[in-house]
Amino acid sequence: MTAIAFDRVSYRYPDAASPALSDVSVRIEPGELVVVAGGSGSGKSTLLRAVSGLVPHFHGGTFAGRVTVGSLDTRAHGPGELSSVVGTLFQDPETQVVMGTVRAELAFGLHNRGLGPAAVARGVEEAALSLGITPLLDRVTAELSGGELQRTALGAALAGRPGVLVLDEPTSQLDPVAGDELIGLLRRANEDGDTTIVLAEHRLERCLHAADRVIALDGGRIVCDDTPERFLAWAGSNAPALSTPGARLLAGVGCEPAPGVKRARAALRGRGLLPGGGASRGSEESPRMVDKSPSRRRWRRGRERAPAALQLRGVWHELRDGPVLLRDVELALQAGERVALMGRNGAGKSTLLRHAAGLMTATRGSVRAPGRVALLMQNPGDYLVHERVADEAPAPALRAVGLDGPAFARRHPRELSGGEKQRLALAVVLGDPGRQRERPAVVCLDEPTRGMDRDHRRALTALLSELDAAVLVATHDPEFAASFADRVVLLADGAVIADGPATDVLTGGSYFVTETARILGGAFGALTPEQGIAALTAISDEAQAVPV
Amino acid sequence: MIYRRRPSPLHSARAASGSGWCAALAIAALAVSNPVFLIAVLVAVVAGGALAGVGRELGRGLRWALPAALAITIVNALVTTDGLTVIWRFGNLPVLGYRYVTAEATVYGAILGLRAVILILCGILYTTCVDPDELLMMFRRVSYRSALSATLATRLVPLLGRDARRLADAQRCRPGPPPSRAALLRAATSNVLDRALDVAAALEVRGYAHARGRAGSGGLRTWSRHDLAFMASALAVATLAIGGRLAGLVGFDAYPMVSIATGVGTGALSLAVIVCALAPFADRRGIVR
Repeated sequence: MTAIAFDRVSYRYPDAASPALSDVSVRIEPGELVVVAGGSGSGKSTLLRAVSGLVPHFHGGTFAGRVTVGSLDTRAHGPGELSSVVGTLFQDPETQVVMGTVRAELAFGLHNRGLGPAAVARGVEEAALSLGITPLLDRVTAELSGGELQRTALGAALAGRPGVLVLDEPTSQLDPVAGDELIGLLRRANEDGDTTIVLAEHRLERCLHAADRVIALDGGRIVCDDTPERFLAWAGSNAPALSTPGARLLAGVGCEPAPGVKRARAALRGRGLLPGGGASRGSEESPRMVDKSPSRRRWRRGRERAPAALQLRGVWHELRDGPVLLRDVELALQAGERVALMGRNGAGKSTLLRHAAGLMTATRGSVRAPGRVALLMQNPGDYLVHERVADEAPAPALRAVGLDGPAFARRHPRELSGGEKQRLALAVVLGDPGRQRERPAVVCLDEPTRGMDRDHRRALTALLSELDAAVLVATHDPEFAASFADRVVLLADGAVIADGPATDVLTGGSYFVTETARILGGAFGALTPEQGIAALTAISDEAQAVPV
Repeated sequence: MIYRRRPSPLHSARAASGSGWCAALAIAALAVSNPVFLIAVLVAVVAGGALAGVGRELGRGLRWALPAALAITIVNALVTTDGLTVIWRFGNLPVLGYRYVTAEATVYGAILGLRAVILILCGILYTTCVDPDELLMMFRRVSYRSALSATLATRLVPLLGRDARRLADAQRCRPGPPPSRAALLRAATSNVLDRALDVAAALEVRGYAHARGRAGSGGLRTWSRHDLAFMASALAVATLAIGGRLAGLVGFDAYPMVSIATGVGTGALSLAVIVCALAPFADRRGIVR
């Protein structure tokens, strides 16, 4: 029996101008792990919500066609009944964890299915064991970190072993380590438990290697439904925004795109572009390439300049009855410097930004910023309080972020897309550039690319590069960090553990590295596919130039 | 300010008993205006909170409950012109006309303030001592819609607390003049609706709506001595308050002159409320601090 079947499904949200899904027909077989790809507003979330029954039962709107999950027709069975066969995990773990303790959270769905105490206890124990969250069972959910919350939510979705699991950007709030762990857990649930998994993601490089199949959506229609390899080949020519950095690197040197680091390396080795038996470390083996890199030169210049636009000296933040959030942080930013702040969930990135903006007071140490520090926190909606876009920020600031003109002026901020909201909130914190008092000397952004597709990320990078101010961005996205930052600061447990040029920090590890650097093993200091292609092409040319 | 399981008889009682006990104290405060009786209820609430190990939370609540009570007292004194004992004359004021403050309006304002303090503290006791998860299961068996409403309300409080802090921080990051309070209120309300929708969707996909009427494993739990003790205490407190009022033992009139029943009956009833409310805390068998 087919696990999920869409039969000519079209759906329009109430009051929406255009349909979210148009004539979608697709069948997903039991045990498949399917990645749903597409830009913002392409219909990914709607497709998943149609599987869980929220579309149309919860959202209303106009629904045509038929969705069958197992033997249940979603037109006749609502999300409550479907919950016995479909586990659902959304993007924001804060709103989907509904119980007070982790144990109660895992038991909630089982209770709702009317299981007895023994079955509930067993289900809770098995879900906790499978995800490694047994130590969390008696913790209060309000005190869990983002990663712990997401694992708890996944455990709740997996408890009772549903045949189908749908996940909407589950890694968007997770650091690279937790994101990789989550994908590994999903793969295990898929292989061991034969669970059918449908996963929507923007950062395809994180999950494509684990997928059996990729469904790409555009404007609510399926534009590609194929294996990851063929999807990457298709994306390379038809939807470059969906192409992974690894695929772009391989395509750039004439190889067939392949998902995952291991297969990409194998493809490069097959062409003689990578030495066999493990990747080389670029910093030691290719110093020439690293020293020549513009980002290192910019970083060095920046370090030599004075005075600092922002200076943190020995900053500690200690809670009276809790953990230490920041430990002896030393950080100086020069005007015009572009710095990415990276680290695991709970490492202290947001706390550091709050200290920089003066929202928190250090328990020890000092924070100095001669000019204004603008801070854009994780949720842009918090900054938007007016009825019209034009009322939110001064016209020059709106112009700077590309939201000027009559098309935007009268729109309600809540009607904007996620990327547009982000830009509008940035305009709010940037203030009027014509007023000296409002012009920021430092711009801090906290996870600005959360849930953003590649096009929007690129637009944000361009916007940041135009700012005169020093820019400090906390991010979990190494690709984004590589695209804009000269320098990367790595935090762990509240302390700075690495601070250096992006070419060094983002190539020297396993997690906080770009896919290109992972594939090349950090060689050549290459962070982006373009840098990787240039380096590999140079090697290839040198090899051809050597007389035999 | 969230529920956390603590070693106390109140935390050991089932949610129905715990919430019933908190509700009975609130009913007692609403049913009776006699200040002697109200002070007895306040003593019962504060002592109950201390015995349940949430004294610090009640103290934090008092920090904003007392100013609220003072504001209620002042507003009632300024707005109400009933009562015969004039204690302050403002004379002729523009627009408002001839204004004065009476002792009776001030006393009645203080009674309203005291009542507000008790209700706020009862709310804090409920939030910190009654297991919301158990309550959710309990409501679910009564009615899906009421359960959903109760759940959304319970779940949203901590979420909204975090949202409010974020919103305040975001406004501190804005350059230039801050937005108006009306704009902030509108934005906060929109956030509440968005959050409520998200939580409701999460409950739907977890099978909450489908579970109505099912007892599940929660329904099989037998009544413990703490359950029975707090349920009996709740019934006694509510009966004493309503019965005392019907019997005229806790009489109080603010206007035209303040008249407060302060006889032996009032004192005995007030003492009885304290004893009945706190009696379940005496049984600490099996509870290790």
